[in-house]
Amino acid sequence: MDTKIHSENGASAAARRKTRRRLFARFLQRAKRWFLLAVLAAGASALCDMLIPQIVRITLDNCLSNAEVPSPAVTSVADALGGFAYIAKHLYIPALLICILAGVQMLSHFLFTVGEAHGAETLVKNMRDALYEKMLALPYAWHQKHRTGDMISRCTSDIETAKNFISEQLTNIFRTLLLLVFSAVFMFSMHAPLSWIALAPMPILVFVSLLFHGVIERGVTACDENEGILSALAQENLTGVRVVRAFGQEKNEIDRFAAQNHLYTELWVKMGKWISAYWCGTDVLSGIQVLLVLVFGSIFCIRGGLSSGEFIAFLSYNAMLVWPVRELGRMLSEMSKAGVSLDRIFYIMEAEAERDETDACTPPLDRDIVFDHVSFAYTENKPILSDINLTVKAGSTLGILGATGSGKSTLTLLLDKLYDLPRECGSIHIGGVDIRDIKTSYLRKNIGLVLQEPFLFSRTLRENIAIADDGVGEAQIEAAVKAAALDGAVANFANGYDTVVGERGVTLSGGQKQRTAIARTLTTKKPILIFDDSLSAVDAETEEKIRAAISARFGKATVILISHRIATLCAADNIIVLKDGKITEAGTHEDLKCAGGLYQKIYHAQNRKEDTANEDENAD
Amino acid sequence: MKTKTQTKVREPLPFFGVGRLLPYLAPYRSALLTILSLGAVASLFDTVLPLLQQYALNHFVEKKTLDTLAPFILAYLGVILCAGLVNYISTTVATAVEMRFGRDLRRLAFDRLQTLSLSFYNQNSVGYLHARTMSDTSRIGTLVSWSLLDLVWHSTYLIGAAVIMLILNARLALIVLSVVPVLSLLLAFFQKRLTAAERDIRELKSEITADFNEGITGAKTIKSLAVEDKMCRSFYADTAQMHKKSTRAAAMRGAFSAAMQFASSVAIALVLWHGGVLAAHEVGTFSAFMAYAQGMTEPVRWLVGAISALISTQVNIERLTDLLHTEPDAADTPEVIEKYGDNLAPKTENWEPLRGDIAFCDVTFRYPDGEENVLEHFSLQIPQGSHIAVVGETGAGKSTLASLICRFFEPTSGKILIDGKDARTRSQLWLRKNIGCVLQTPHLFSGSIRDNLRMGKADATEEEIRAALCAARADGVVDRLPDGPDTDVGEGGDLLSTGEKQLICFARALLSDPKILILDEATASVDTLTEQKMQSAMTEICKGRTTLTIAHRLSTVQDADEILVVRDGKIVERGRHTDLMRAGGYYSALYKKQFEYESAAKILKGN
Repeated sequence: MDTKIHSENGASAAARRKTRRRLFARFLQRAKRWFLLAVLAAGASALCDMLIPQIVRITLDNCLSNAEVPSPAVTSVADALGGFAYIAKHLYIPALLICILAGVQMLSHFLFTVGEAHGAETLVKNMRDALYEKMLALPYAWHQKHRTGDMISRCTSDIETAKNFISEQLTNIFRTLLLLVFSAVFMFSMHAPLSWIALAPMPILVFVSLLFHGVIERGVTACDENEGILSALAQENLTGVRVVRAFGQEKNEIDRFAAQNHLYTELWVKMGKWISAYWCGTDVLSGIQVLLVLVFGSIFCIRGGLSSGEFIAFLSYNAMLVWPVRELGRMLSEMSKAGVSLDRIFYIMEAEAERDETDACTPPLDRDIVFDHVSFAYTENKPILSDINLTVKAGSTLGILGATGSGKSTLTLLLDKLYDLPRECGSIHIGGVDIRDIKTSYLRKNIGLVLQEPFLFSRTLRENIAIADDGVGEAQIEAAVKAAALDGAVANFANGYDTVVGERGVTLSGGQKQRTAIARTLTTKKPILIFDDSLSAVDAETEEKIRAAISARFGKATVILISHRIATLCAADNIIVLKDGKITEAGTHEDLKCAGGLYQKIYHAQNRKEDTANEDENAD
Repeated sequence: MKTKTQTKVREPLPFFGVGRLLPYLAPYRSALLTILSLGAVASLFDTVLPLLQQYALNHFVEKKTLDTLAPFILAYLGVILCAGLVNYISTTVATAVEMRFGRDLRRLAFDRLQTLSLSFYNQNSVGYLHARTMSDTSRIGTLVSWSLLDLVWHSTYLIGAAVIMLILNARLALIVLSVVPVLSLLLAFFQKRLTAAERDIRELKSEITADFNEGITGAKTIKSLAVEDKMCRSFYADTAQMHKKSTRAAAMRGAFSAAMQFASSVAIALVLWHGGVLAAHEVGTFSAFMAYAQGMTEPVRWLVGAISALISTQVNIERLTDLLHTEPDAADTPEVIEKYGDNLAPKTENWEPLRGDIAFCDVTFRYPDGEENVLEHFSLQIPQGSHIAVVGETGAGKSTLASLICRFFEPTSGKILIDGKDARTRSQLWLRKNIGCVLQTPHLFSGSIRDNLRMGKADATEEEIRAALCAARADGVVDRLPDGPDTDVGEGGDLLSTGEKQLICFARALLSDPKILILDEATASVDTLTEQKMQSAMTEICKGRTTLTIAHRLSTVQDADEILVVRDGKIVERGRHTDLMRAGGYYSALYKKQFEYESAAKILKGN
């Protein structure tokens, strides 16, 4: 699926590389200097690691015995400290030197961790922020096309993978290579043949660990999949507990779970053998490598050319190398994972965001709204609106009646620029200005759109209502809540305005949600208001109150009302009936109720109802 | 979602609560002993290696002879091969114990959950129970095997190394060992803070995930309110917090491992200072000391890690064992089980046929976690074949009657008669097998459609399945699928649309030809087309069955023999449709509102 969408993006490979480079540069903002610090500190730390065994060697070879002719540099340092003989009598001097070096090493190691963490965290923050920003900047149509779960996993677990790669693998690989190079230099400076013997098995070690990790990786994937199935079984059972009980399925469920539980467990037990084999196998291999160094080192010592101090230093370097080299295989095998995650992140980053024209303007919006030959289709050949021509006078109310899928919501989404109207599909003007030329955020700020199933944020009621405008005061919030007839509900909440609602808070009823959304729209004066079936869960009486409050508060706002309720629509200055994307009837309530169309039928149906109820009453 | 159980303050348990696990660990006694003994042996092998190095330096290098080279190589190889083998066995056994013990706990938890009453499910969120079943059990499995192995391995190494050093040179050994307590204190200090910091980071991480979730699912609203800036700002604040906490934790981790390395370097410095003279004549002993001094820090770190794992897993042990010890509160009495069997081993041969008369006799009911009675001295006769409806707005508490009939809950006082006999005198399973249930949210289980249908009747024939599908108007759905009834429906049935799922659920309920049919907002979450299909099937299906319909759409229940109107959890009106309309109360107001919408929708669609 990914690749398909990629090719749809249509960017050429070269252009994509360029945007990627730009994105990387953006992600690395303020992170680079920390990474630089980490690199320098890692170098210093590794150097200290290397120097400590040298101090031990010099002490052994030059102070405590005369195994080797010291280099002039070493001699001059030793002389400054009182000469070799003096040091031999006062061994606290090299011990202190080691402690000093260890102190430097500690500091540089600390700086390395801090630099690396700051770099990686800054990078991740940049990535997260950029992704979030991008998510909100992407057109609504894009959101419609992509699955929420997949997008969230790109924003969370893929970022996590990328971060782990950068903060763990990349730095570890770097440190391991640094250690390898440094110790190779020191080892070769002491004894080249023994160095060859020590380093020769390293590629084998890396190769073996890579090999194992190929197998283990596949196995772990299989285990993960089976764990997923097991976890899903539990999830399914717990969420469907009523069904399980109602159908007396407890025994079947237990059997099903037990079977998968067993399968998953035994798969891991089998994997455990591979993993153990890997650790123990590489343990034995590195043991053999140490043995080789020991045996040949001893031989070289006896034959001359290697002093005992050098030999001990050699053994120290060797001990430092074995562990990281063994890990190298694992790190390399995990690199591929990070690549996939980065691709998935870039897929979002490279999508085209909403954009205003460069000379976007902010004209007054309390003007006539004109739909001029508007046609629209979400997918080709399935027109949702065809050739709509409509004028909504400034300050008037337009009522829209239409079935689900008739295009009534699309009409309002186009006006709010949630969907972009292609150039060849007509145009929408407000006060003579094409909305394509109006600044999107300005337009949306001034259009109050209340949806049928509104989305509330996981914040307090107060924050939800005041969300659109930071400057909203307590009095305005209370007035809006009153206008939306939500004040009764607020009084009933234990925490009043501080009640947390939304996904992670108190669950509101459909009507309460709608009224909260209305209150949110009413905090500030807006020239255009759209109610997309947003009073459906509110009873007639409350609706009347809300409508009265709105006209009292907003006076002459231009209102678009979508509803199935004639009682709601009848007060509108103009009413249209939409059917299959076309306006089939238009006029006032008085015009339409005897026009012989759908409106009249519905009008009669909804009024007859009361008659039927009355008739029933009379009949009984 | 937060539950009460999570916020409870916990007392520290003796031995970190491991004692509570002992009964479940019985089958693993020998395996655990193997881990203990082999872990110790493997660690001893590791302690010996520096001694071999010492020998090589003392003997070959100092004495300048290779006379014993061959036996030395053999001995060295022998030790590393044996160590490899022993390590292999102990880690394999540890994995097996980890996984199998985890599996046992998981099974026990799952089995227990199948017997616990629905009130328990009302008090605990699915996420909470899922975490107990899946992650707690895994964590405990890991703790029992790996922490044990770590403890044994590393303490043996420490003790072994200490003993060897003491034998080699007591004074030097004591000097080197003096580093250990300092190191342990240092580690304990850091570990505690690190654990706390990591918890903070985990919480922030879920906060950020929730932010993304909100940003994506709320995109339309965010755009229409034009509050992108504000949302971004609050997101930046969260990521900045994350940045701060993470880098602080990392600095702590850095200080921690830097201190570790420093300690090991100090140990080397001490060896050089006090043991340097050794090097003149016994270079091997000197190097062995160096090796032990260097090797000391890792085991200390692991030991501290194992102990902190024990401490942090205590909560998991406690929660899981609490779950395993929870007793179901709506179980059958022993006499009933004796006669009819329990839910897992039913004695179907003793089951009587069910006719379908239901009667509520003076029933008072309050939810186990509720504060007020939702039913008070409620009586209702539902004769066989009649149709009762419960209506009211979403969230008004309409499902109580259905839950009582299904015996998901038992009345607080009074009784429910099934065919004239107290429901409690017969088994839950007997009753439930005779009730067909269709719930608001269609729920299917992964597997084929056939598997799902057979939940209603395990031994249903092909004809019966087909008949049920037809009756529920679900045959069209199945015929469209590539493998017909053998099509896999995916996790939770997610490969089907909600409407398709509901039709299959409908068929599932009909398959056993139940005498009682409960439709709990069965059409609430489906599209108009599915709803029409279900409505058209309904009259036919309900014939001859006692039916309880729960609905918020009033047009669907006008023909019911009795309508109960629920508001805020209480029954406020009851009677036939015409009576209720005439009364002009709550019901008629609800009806009026819905009628307007539906009539319009119908006319708009119909033309």
